[in-house]
Amino acid sequence: METRPTVTYDYVTRTIARTLAAPGRGYFLLLGAAVTLLTIGIVCLVLLLRYGLGLAGYSHPVYWAVFITCFVFWVGIAHSGTLISAILFLFRAGWRTAVYRVAEAMTVFAVMTAGLFPLIHIGRQWYFYWLIPYPNERGLWPNFKSPLIWDEFAIGTYFTVSTCFLILGLIPDIAAVRDLATGWRKKLYQITALGWRGTNEEWRHYTRGYLYLAALATPLVLSVHSVVSWDFAMAIVPGWHATIFAPYFVAGAIYSGCAMVITLLVPIRKLFKLEALITVHHFENLAKLCLLTGSIVGYAYVCEYFVAWFGGNPNERAAFWYRAFGPYWWATWTMILCNAFLPQLLWFKKIRTTVLGLFVLSLFVNMGMWFERYVIIVVSLAGEPYTRWANGVYNPTWADWGIMAGSFGWFFMWFLLFVKLFPAVSITEVKEVLAPPLRGAAKRVHA
Amino acid sequence: MSELPRLPVRLPGPLHDVFRPPPTPGVLGVFAHLDATIEAIKQLRARGHTDFTVYSPMPRHEIEEALGQPVSPVRMFTLIGGIAGCATGAWLTLWMSYDWPLVVGGKPVGSLPPYVIIMFEMTILFGALTTLLGIVFNAAFAARRLGTIAYDPRFTNDRFGIFVPAAPGKAGPVQALLKQSGAEEVRGA
Repeated sequence: METRPTVTYDYVTRTIARTLAAPGRGYFLLLGAAVTLLTIGIVCLVLLLRYGLGLAGYSHPVYWAVFITCFVFWVGIAHSGTLISAILFLFRAGWRTAVYRVAEAMTVFAVMTAGLFPLIHIGRQWYFYWLIPYPNERGLWPNFKSPLIWDEFAIGTYFTVSTCFLILGLIPDIAAVRDLATGWRKKLYQITALGWRGTNEEWRHYTRGYLYLAALATPLVLSVHSVVSWDFAMAIVPGWHATIFAPYFVAGAIYSGCAMVITLLVPIRKLFKLEALITVHHFENLAKLCLLTGSIVGYAYVCEYFVAWFGGNPNERAAFWYRAFGPYWWATWTMILCNAFLPQLLWFKKIRTTVLGLFVLSLFVNMGMWFERYVIIVVSLAGEPYTRWANGVYNPTWADWGIMAGSFGWFFMWFLLFVKLFPAVSITEVKEVLAPPLRGAAKRVHA
Repeated sequence: MSELPRLPVRLPGPLHDVFRPPPTPGVLGVFAHLDATIEAIKQLRARGHTDFTVYSPMPRHEIEEALGQPVSPVRMFTLIGGIAGCATGAWLTLWMSYDWPLVVGGKPVGSLPPYVIIMFEMTILFGALTTLLGIVFNAAFAARRLGTIAYDPRFTNDRFGIFVPAAPGKAGPVQALLKQSGAEEVRGA
């Protein structure tokens, strides 16, 4: 077994500061791939603007399709970040310290990505400001009884609060790298550290404020995906109109988000050689979260089908029959396999502690969760009993796929830029969970 | 018209003092160990020092307890922000509904249940923003009170520090105290 280096305060600072050194070829390859995907997305979007929404595969009655699927997918990805940074903070889960920065950055960039899709979906992006309550010449105000307005407030608040949370956590860490940096980075960190010195007065206000932000973010994260789910549950489409939607969506969101954290952490840990700080123990805990939330999602699937049958409503039954055995059976069964069955493998410790295995599994979960939203949104609309006769089979077009690929490029571009500019692991919080250097035990702890 | 005489007036710069407060003379002790730092804090307090500053790379409850600081006023910012946000949410939805009364789906013009969602989100939004403001204001005013005090870049890495303000001729006992309680390095004044 390899010997692990003694983790001291100095080791933590230097190891994490090292991740900000000049990037290598691997980093530029990844960044190049992200920018290429983004370019494809932008080209597709420009064509969509030029020729209209007809380029996306909309056909009656499916008018909410890949863009809304991507919106829900990305909002969902965002959720585990706040779970790890706020809820586990309140629960005093020490293991979160090594992974929470990556999760939190992921949250901010995923909400940034998600926010693009309703704008793309509305077609005339330049009218998006109609959603905002502003005084206008016609004296009109938004309809606050509409779930879409709730959604705008929820997503706007979520983006603002998670950005505040990310920035607040970063300040002491930026100060730590400021005190080591040289050149233009020194200038950058001097400005962004806001003069942080770690005095007792600063910590007194900071720790209190951080606690309250966590306490505010916790109900927020549960509310955001509930509100997103009400975009569907408030409508009377069979397959959407269900009271289970809010908890079902929140569990699914945290599930997909944890999988995305694993997807991001595995290459970062390798690329930045952070094995001593982000250990197998962290991955195992993330895997346990996946197992828990994945099982809740699996239970929700069972409930949905059971209630569709037991409720006795023929339209509801028809919709769910169409979902499982209609023309989209492949999407439904991909979702069930990836989300309900694959995570059950995580009962085995061997799989939970194999990093590569977890990485592969997390990719399947990401795919499965994307299909879950596709099934809920597209297949429910396509299978609506009253209008089902009206359409052939809806299929996404190259414009849909291109813009979706672009969203992945956009997300990964921001993420990659972030990990090279700011500490991707919290320097301060990792030190908090280490044993402090004491005179009595000087040799043992602070060798 | 003759040229106006140039007046020898310098405008007062209120921000100048916030961002570049005048230097404070004093003693800075650098500590490698947490228990030595706590020891020094206790001794300083026993000798009646109240205006010293402790640096640490991470928050430690031991330091907080040794200093016996009052709870941060940031909580009032959060509370007031949250209440203001909730009120704003209620006002926004109800006033806007009655400003252009339109019956949607046979429901009352001002129907509270859906508006609770907006009120909730605004509570969180305002509460979070005022919390952030509270931290920045309180920390900035604390910095203003302290003046420009000695600092060492190791304080964000692996060293603890204590700065005790002392007039130039009166630093001797403080230096001795810090040294005695286990400071690695004592300098200043």
